[in-house]
Amino acid sequence: MDMKVSRHPSLPKKVQPENISWDEQDQALINLIQAGLPICATPYAELGKQLDMDETEVLARLQRLNSSNVIKRFGVVVRHHELGYRSNGMIVWNIPDENVSELGMCMGQFDFVTLCYRRPRRLPEWSYNLFTMIHGQDRDDVLKNIQFLIKSCNLDEINYEVLFSTRRFKQRGAIYNKVNTQQSVV
Amino acid sequence: MHRTNTVTEANNTISKQQLTELERHLLNDFQHGLPLISRPFEKIAKQLGTTEEVVIDTLNKLKAQGFVSRVGAVFRANSIGASTLAAMSVPDDVLEDVAALINDYSEVNHNYQREHHFNLWFVATASDENDLNRVLDDIEHRSGLPVMYLPMLEDYHIDLGFDLEFGKVVQMLEVNNGHES
Repeated sequence: MDMKVSRHPSLPKKVQPENISWDEQDQALINLIQAGLPICATPYAELGKQLDMDETEVLARLQRLNSSNVIKRFGVVVRHHELGYRSNGMIVWNIPDENVSELGMCMGQFDFVTLCYRRPRRLPEWSYNLFTMIHGQDRDDVLKNIQFLIKSCNLDEINYEVLFSTRRFKQRGAIYNKVNTQQSVV
Repeated sequence: MHRTNTVTEANNTISKQQLTELERHLLNDFQHGLPLISRPFEKIAKQLGTTEEVVIDTLNKLKAQGFVSRVGAVFRANSIGASTLAAMSVPDDVLEDVAALINDYSEVNHNYQREHHFNLWFVATASDENDLNRVLDDIEHRSGLPVMYLPMLEDYHIDLGFDLEFGKVVQMLEVNNGHES
């Protein structure tokens, strides 16, 4: 095996979508909707025109991707900062491996948590294995929510750090396919 | 040569009070479960007691203003393609240059400076692991700095979007103004 691949020691198998496979048409549809739907009266028909697919088929394929694990949510994606949520804290926690799932699920249930992922440690320089993202109107807002998490999920004994963002160099939706790279920054 | 695409922090922000009630509902209430039917915006319009045309115009306006990034799908990490969070510890005097170098990759969709010894954090996404590794290797090679890879192993968050807490704003407006147009 190539050494480079081994640098991702365990890309998650469990989040792979359940028993779903998609064909080239699905892939083309995924590529097309990454940048968002056209905002017009019949967006799915418009997408279909670009793919040589009728509206019914576009909807059926999206339904399938949506009800599987592929699409996490489908709707309006807002920009937090522009809407007044200017503080963004990434909280990293060092949690014993045997508790990480339980505590991750506890933290992941709160509205103010926008991401909650387990990630690998990189010892010795990085010992944190759980990451939560919290957006707030200011730092105090974020810090209060962290205290709330600590109380709610009994995290008093857990080491953590808060990494506030100080500058945003880039933010946009992901683009997965090489074919699509031209339409990057939107 | 600084070509960083730093988003100007002062511009294009809004206090929630400046938004109309329709705008608030469109921003807050439809972050998930957009109808998969022929005319989704007509259905939303009915729910909000307005016309399809107004909904479409308003969403396009919110997008043009930068409050809406897009209307569409948020894909589960690693369900299609391969992605990872990556962190670097970059000396201050070259931070902007390294950030600009990273921004240039279409595979990079988020790139933030954070307060930490690891001060540059970005997310890279590619069609498969080989492409992803190629990009990260390239960044290491060109910047001369190591990249720490932190791919997601497990996702504990059910994403229903972000509650903009407009309920609170509406209450405030009622106290302050008595009404909201």
